[in-house]
Amino acid sequence: MLIRFSAAIAAMCLLSGAAFAQAASKPTDPQIAHIAYTAGVLDITAAKQAISKSKSKDVVAFANDMVRDHEAVNKQALDLVKKLNVAPEDNDTSKSLSKAAAEKQVELAKLSGAAYDKAYVANEVAYHKTVNGALESTLIPSATNPELKSLLQTGLKIFQGHQQHAEHVASMLK
Amino acid sequence: MRPGRERFILIGVTLMTGLVPAQAETIQVVIDKLVFSPAEINAKVGDTIEWVNKDVLAHTATARDGWDVPIAANKSASVVLKNAGAVDYYCRFHPNMKGRIVVEPR
Ligand SMILES: [Cu+2]
Repeated sequence: MLIRFSAAIAAMCLLSGAAFAQAASKPTDPQIAHIAYTAGVLDITAAKQAISKSKSKDVVAFANDMVRDHEAVNKQALDLVKKLNVAPEDNDTSKSLSKAAAEKQVELAKLSGAAYDKAYVANEVAYHKTVNGALESTLIPSATNPELKSLLQTGLKIFQGHQQHAEHVASMLK
Repeated sequence: MRPGRERFILIGVTLMTGLVPAQAETIQVVIDKLVFSPAEINAKVGDTIEWVNKDVLAHTATARDGWDVPIAANKSASVVLKNAGAVDYYCRFHPNMKGRIVVEPR
């Protein structure tokens, strides 16, 4: 069980790693905005599943924190793209991320109780790690608009915070 | 009210207002883009720390061993320092946010 579970996470990491590798050919600002926004939306969707499925007070509290933060940041992102008159542009990275997240949702839906909690939180750690890597190595360096770059830099700090928060919740579940 | 009593109250108020501000201070820590600044401050027992949150995100100022202050988005919150000693605090929602208060006895 545990082995299958770890393998699934490894697959998820590989998948999203591959997703971001495609973006190595320097994404444009409209694509970057789309990727960052999508990354937030996907985490909100995962959190909403956790809020409805989990019985753990700590896990539900964490999931609520994710919804609140990502909604707030995505609202800022929308305000910015409107101000800059940039239309976020769908791209292969956003598509691969969404596909991997949808598959993860189906997988998590089959679990319940402590097994679900562990799987959800472990995936949150992995997911935030992946997004942080992409922000640092690709998205932030590629962004040309200074305001977009600044929003991504704040986004990175938020995601790093969430990763640590998720790691803490994971340690409590053991 | 008799003039004598009025003067007595006036002296009392003057004494109090004269003494209180000299003792306890309010020290502001601004939170902007997930950073407490200044990150490290010196204070005395009885001082108030006020966190001014400029982010659209909720944060907390949580002592490793003690108070836990929720700070709503774009709001302020405060705590009165009751004990001397160094306090390391962080944000529960974003544990990468860290601060330190060195509290000296009065
Ligand atoms: Cu915080």
